[in-house]
Amino acid sequence: MAKQSIVPFGPQHPVLPEPIHLDLVLEDEVVVKAVPSIGFVHRGLEKLVETKDYKDYVYIAERVCGICSFGHGMGYCQCLEKIMNIEIPRRAAYLRTIWVEMSRVHSHLLWLGLLADAMGFESLFMQCWRLREKILDMFDATTGGRIIFSVNCVGGVLKDMDTGMLLKIVDTVNEMEKELRPIAEAFLRDLSVGTRLHGLGILKPDQARLMGAVGPMLRASGVAYDTRLLGYAAYNDLDFEPITAAEGDSFARCEVRIHEIYQSFSLIRQAVEKIPEGPICVPVKGNPNGEHFMRIEQPRGEAIYYVKANGTKFVERFRLRTPTTNNIPPMLDMLKGCQLADVPLLILTIDPCISCTER
Amino acid sequence: MEHLNTIEPITMAEFMPAVIRFKMDGWRVVQICANRVPDGYEMSYSFGKDYDMRTLRLTVGENETISSITQVYPGAFLQENEAAELFGVKIESIDKDYHDKLYRIARETPFKQKG
Amino acid sequence: MAKLAKSPWLLHYDASSCNGCDIEVLDCTTPRYDIERFGIINTGDPFQADILLITGGINNQCESVVRQLYSQMPDPKVVVAVGICACTGGVFKDCYNIKGGVDTVIPVDVYVPGCAARPQAIIDGVVKALEILEQKREAYSEKQEQKGRA
Repeated sequence: MAKQSIVPFGPQHPVLPEPIHLDLVLEDEVVVKAVPSIGFVHRGLEKLVETKDYKDYVYIAERVCGICSFGHGMGYCQCLEKIMNIEIPRRAAYLRTIWVEMSRVHSHLLWLGLLADAMGFESLFMQCWRLREKILDMFDATTGGRIIFSVNCVGGVLKDMDTGMLLKIVDTVNEMEKELRPIAEAFLRDLSVGTRLHGLGILKPDQARLMGAVGPMLRASGVAYDTRLLGYAAYNDLDFEPITAAEGDSFARCEVRIHEIYQSFSLIRQAVEKIPEGPICVPVKGNPNGEHFMRIEQPRGEAIYYVKANGTKFVERFRLRTPTTNNIPPMLDMLKGCQLADVPLLILTIDPCISCTER
Repeated sequence: MEHLNTIEPITMAEFMPAVIRFKMDGWRVVQICANRVPDGYEMSYSFGKDYDMRTLRLTVGENETISSITQVYPGAFLQENEAAELFGVKIESIDKDYHDKLYRIARETPFKQKG
Repeated sequence: MAKLAKSPWLLHYDASSCNGCDIEVLDCTTPRYDIERFGIINTGDPFQADILLITGGINNQCESVVRQLYSQMPDPKVVVAVGICACTGGVFKDCYNIKGGVDTVIPVDVYVPGCAARPQAIIDGVVKALEILEQKREAYSEKQEQKGRA
């Protein structure tokens, strides 16, 4: 047996925007085991729900993570709406769908940029982030915020879009679709990108299911599971299929995410076409009493929101199980047997969101 | 199209066999959630298959020990460690047990006390 | 701001932020905002950094990491706290695991509030930090000269 050595990785590392620490047990250059330690960004905000009014807690829920912020607020609100038997106006459901799909585009473009940066493909990184700015501009124009915009409330949304704004979104989306093509081409056709990603970190479908992988990671292993098909918000009116790839390697994960951007463009266009007129919010009276598990599809995969309320204005328990929590165990499996030099890239391909995971 | 999303209470004796049956039928672990109730804890284990989700609800006394499901579902270790550290639920034989050093927080079991 | 004599390098660390400010910090280095026009480069190496951009409040575990990063940076150095969480703890102030803003652990020179802080505000903060860095550098070299004479 070769001599084993342990290499610490993180928490501060050039490729990681967020802190996570791994102890990598190596035999020569090959990883035989990876032990994660997390908790660098643990704040304990699930506990805050006990001292904050359930309507005010939306603002905290949105600050679980700055990338999928809108989705977290939406998941929390949907969960309470289910407990309180509130039917939100259709227009609000459509607006939520538009914003959450825009968030997905922004999140996937951000990830593509980081991936390019991890490979040393600096210009591609810049191009991805340049394109992403257009979505942030639309967030700014429609809500007044770029990253965290707090437009969700229990019972609907707080801001409406007029027809001009909706058409502007479609214009932006069309323009972005055109500009995305050469970028996607670089990821999917470029020889050096392909050499780096093909065959790296293969996750078999059975293993993915057993270890509990979710989101693009699961779909890249050939399992067609997309929580959006449950039909929350306006998704039951829209036409789409889960995007999958068969190989289960890093390239497949990249491919799935790129095609999901195109899918989100199509969903935004469909939503703008079908959006009905009407109010955007219903008044909410009383306090919630009951419990519910809500599932929604975040950019990184299925997220679970659990609220247990006891009839007072303070919710008893709020639990959020984020996609990265489920994606870390299969990642540890994938790391076994890979080269030390591939570790940063491989960690990136699960699209880790640590502040979600630790809350 | 309605999909299953149920919460089913279960006793300690039935629990492990039920988990093994889920595994044999191809269900996956969706989430594990702990909650503090007056004289103990409520553990909710959600399992999913396709678009169905079933949650098993286990009520545990404060000093009762439950066995880990990581022998059946190895991917559940993070969430079990979290329940043990934040709530003080006694879970034995977790595969990759952090012994309350996952988040390394300053306060012990913050969720055990209310408010 | 007068002309810059040197190209300061920048180190970014996420203490316990929600990511919002982090991606805005990273955004500053991309074409739209392009902080590199001030000669700044985003580095991952604390030993070669002059400015520490730090986001998020301080919790039990990241405290020692922040201290270590700060001590690894060569003198003179400036610290910019980006976002309201890094300034005071923000919405997470009441959380059981948050000690408060970054200034509970290391000295902070510039505070950039906002949730999330806008890129324009971050750039403004960094430019302020450059002035402070220049002052610190002068003071530092004077001190070194005195040391040399003594």
